[in-house]
Amino acid sequence: MTRWLIPLVLFGALLVFLARGLNLDPREVPSPLIDRPAPAFAMPTLADPARVVRREELLGKVWLLNVWASWCGPCRTEHPQWLKLAQRQPAVTLIGLNYKDERDAATAWLQDLGNPYTDSLFDPQGQLGLDYGVYGVPETFVVDRDGIVRFKHVGPLTHAVVREQIEPVLKRLGA
Amino acid sequence: MIPTLGHGALMLALLIALAQAALGLAGAARANERWMAWMRPLTATQALLVLMAFVALATSFVRHDFSVYYVAAHSNSHLPLAYRLAAVWGGHEGSLLLWVLMLVGWMLAVAWRSRGLPLVFVARVLAVMSLLSAGFVLFMLATSNPFERLLPPVREGSDLNPLLQDPGMVLHPPMLYMGYVGFSVAFSFALAALMGGKLDAAWARWTRPWTIAAWVFLTLGIALGSAWAYNELGWGGWWFWDPVENASFMPWLAGTALVHSLAVSEKRGAFKAWTLLLALLAFSLSLLGTFLVRSGVLSSVHAFATDPKRGLFILVFLALVIGGSLALYAVRAGAVGLGQRFGNLSRESALLLNNLLLVVATGSVLLGTLYPLFLDALGLGKVSVGPPYFDSVFRWLMAPLLLLLGAGPLLRWKDDAFSTLVRRLRWPMASGLLVLASAWLFGGAASAWSCTGYALAGWVLGGVIEDLLSWRANWRQLTRAQWGMWLAHTGVAAFVLGVTTVQTHESSRDLRMQAGDTVALAGYDFRFVDAAAIAGPNYAAARGRVEVSRAGQPVTTLWPEKRVYRVQRNPMTEAAIDSNPVRDLYVSLGELLPDGSWTVRVQHKPLVIWIWLGCLIMALGGALAASDRRYQRRQGRP
Repeated sequence: MTRWLIPLVLFGALLVFLARGLNLDPREVPSPLIDRPAPAFAMPTLADPARVVRREELLGKVWLLNVWASWCGPCRTEHPQWLKLAQRQPAVTLIGLNYKDERDAATAWLQDLGNPYTDSLFDPQGQLGLDYGVYGVPETFVVDRDGIVRFKHVGPLTHAVVREQIEPVLKRLGA
Repeated sequence: MIPTLGHGALMLALLIALAQAALGLAGAARANERWMAWMRPLTATQALLVLMAFVALATSFVRHDFSVYYVAAHSNSHLPLAYRLAAVWGGHEGSLLLWVLMLVGWMLAVAWRSRGLPLVFVARVLAVMSLLSAGFVLFMLATSNPFERLLPPVREGSDLNPLLQDPGMVLHPPMLYMGYVGFSVAFSFALAALMGGKLDAAWARWTRPWTIAAWVFLTLGIALGSAWAYNELGWGGWWFWDPVENASFMPWLAGTALVHSLAVSEKRGAFKAWTLLLALLAFSLSLLGTFLVRSGVLSSVHAFATDPKRGLFILVFLALVIGGSLALYAVRAGAVGLGQRFGNLSRESALLLNNLLLVVATGSVLLGTLYPLFLDALGLGKVSVGPPYFDSVFRWLMAPLLLLLGAGPLLRWKDDAFSTLVRRLRWPMASGLLVLASAWLFGGAASAWSCTGYALAGWVLGGVIEDLLSWRANWRQLTRAQWGMWLAHTGVAAFVLGVTTVQTHESSRDLRMQAGDTVALAGYDFRFVDAAAIAGPNYAAARGRVEVSRAGQPVTTLWPEKRVYRVQRNPMTEAAIDSNPVRDLYVSLGELLPDGSWTVRVQHKPLVIWIWLGCLIMALGGALAASDRRYQRRQGRP
């Protein structure tokens, strides 16, 4: 009798998640990285494998790290926000982290949709993603002049997130 | 007037469905033949009412009745007639109506083709299906009424989503839904068997053609969807592991497992409880897919109708239907027994392994699809897992499955000797090596995975050939079921060949082109002649002219477009594709740059068409198997 119950029990557990999923909204999450130094890196860029961007080069600037990939549906959704942000905040350096992607597909994606990033780091194996504790794509980090992570957002950016959360943080950091 | 009639027909259909469910279940419980005799006429009535509602909605579209909210939201007076009809299922409410229409269609087919089955059984099956139909009609009437009026009516509709204005989209949802809903037949058969407490070879023989038929539709539906994405999304990809796609792929995997486990239940009386569970699973996954797509819990590239408010209804419905059937399973599955024993090396053990791999594959798709939802439920935000996960998991599951596919059908039922199997594997071996060698000759196989893909495609084909040859002395005795199986397996080989070749050898160039520029790719020269403004019925477009030649000889002229639909204003990339059995040439226009040049993407995709032809061959094989004489003989007559 017990073993015939297994499917029902599994389904019950699934149902709990589905029910919670209905009522929940994506929100910013406390990350262990907040108020800590952004993990160091020296990564080749998407556009030019020979060029390497290091975290140290970015010290003294306020910069955003956006984890994206050409295979990621939500990234497509948030992309217009990035194009707008690049226009509205020319002083802020936007670094893309192209996560577990292929160079051709990623390059084509940027050509199709426009490229808001100062540079995109190319991370086909997802190693840097691991350092930054990426749950999934997209994610966004705000890093201050001293290289300290000040803000993190999981999931696609929306107009509201940019206006009410990211831009106030940028203002506070004096960008 | 007409929308009101449609609305009324739906309400009546709900009443009939509820009455029919009650009458059928009570009649079967009390063995009351008079009550049960009502099941067939009531089915016909229900089907007629739903058809009336559907025709009413279609008429509203044809007549541009913008006093119907759904029509105003999904049509436009400039929308061509074919797309106005396709728009009937272009949104949430209409898709549900189509879903219910399919369901009553399947009910009608069961009522009509089941004269040879015990009346108690038929009554239970039709009662369960009526309950499902009642649930969906109630869902429509309560939260998503397609006939909701818009008073005063608007002058002009807001047009159909341009993504859906494609011939593939006209056929894709009906096929897909026929498959989804078709699994409700196996589901109801399983519940009827559980209620009756009896499952024998006859049950498996009744269930099998219905299951295969549903599987055929689902296969075609998924293939059409993939072809649609390839043609219409303009990126040249054919599968994105998008939640909407996964929602259709999960029931397909479970249904494929079911088709195979039914074979064991029919031939050997084994796997009984397991077959029942798969029958419940296949349809439950169809329902779950509906929930995921329609409730808006997952974000997706092409979810075109999402509304969290409706989620709750589907969730409760899901809990009742799936929870209820699994509870019945928990109570009664012990009674149907486990069935015959079999040896370690036998057709049964191969099919058991096949089922195991397919179910694990289903589970991994479910996990990958729901992982973002789990994170969301735990408060961690909406994210996408995407192809890196699915690609790496699927390779490891599909490679052993294909290995099994070549060898399994060569094994005998009950028990087989290892030495016999090794001898019979010579053909698959030779054929695998041959395909691999020719792949090397023609262009090289770049990676270990592409070698594996080529070898396995040949291996599967070799298995079919070996099996076919072993019948050469008495090929007259061959049944359609056998031909069907071989055809379907050949389709798998064609599919694997297509996928492997595209993955290994496709090439593309992205560049900015001025009028007159030429780019060379894979031996072809693409000359961008110019781009001109043109006007379509409900859009304006820039149409590029790209002349393709090979070694100086003209091959074709391609006309990629960048369209802007007048009402919805979003730009659409309309790729131009020149397709033949050996390769596709795929050209899409990107953006017009300030200096008058265009960003253009040209792609060369060898053997890509075999991905869909492979699916088509699989579906043909299924259709052939479902039409086998032994199903006709025992079911058709009173």
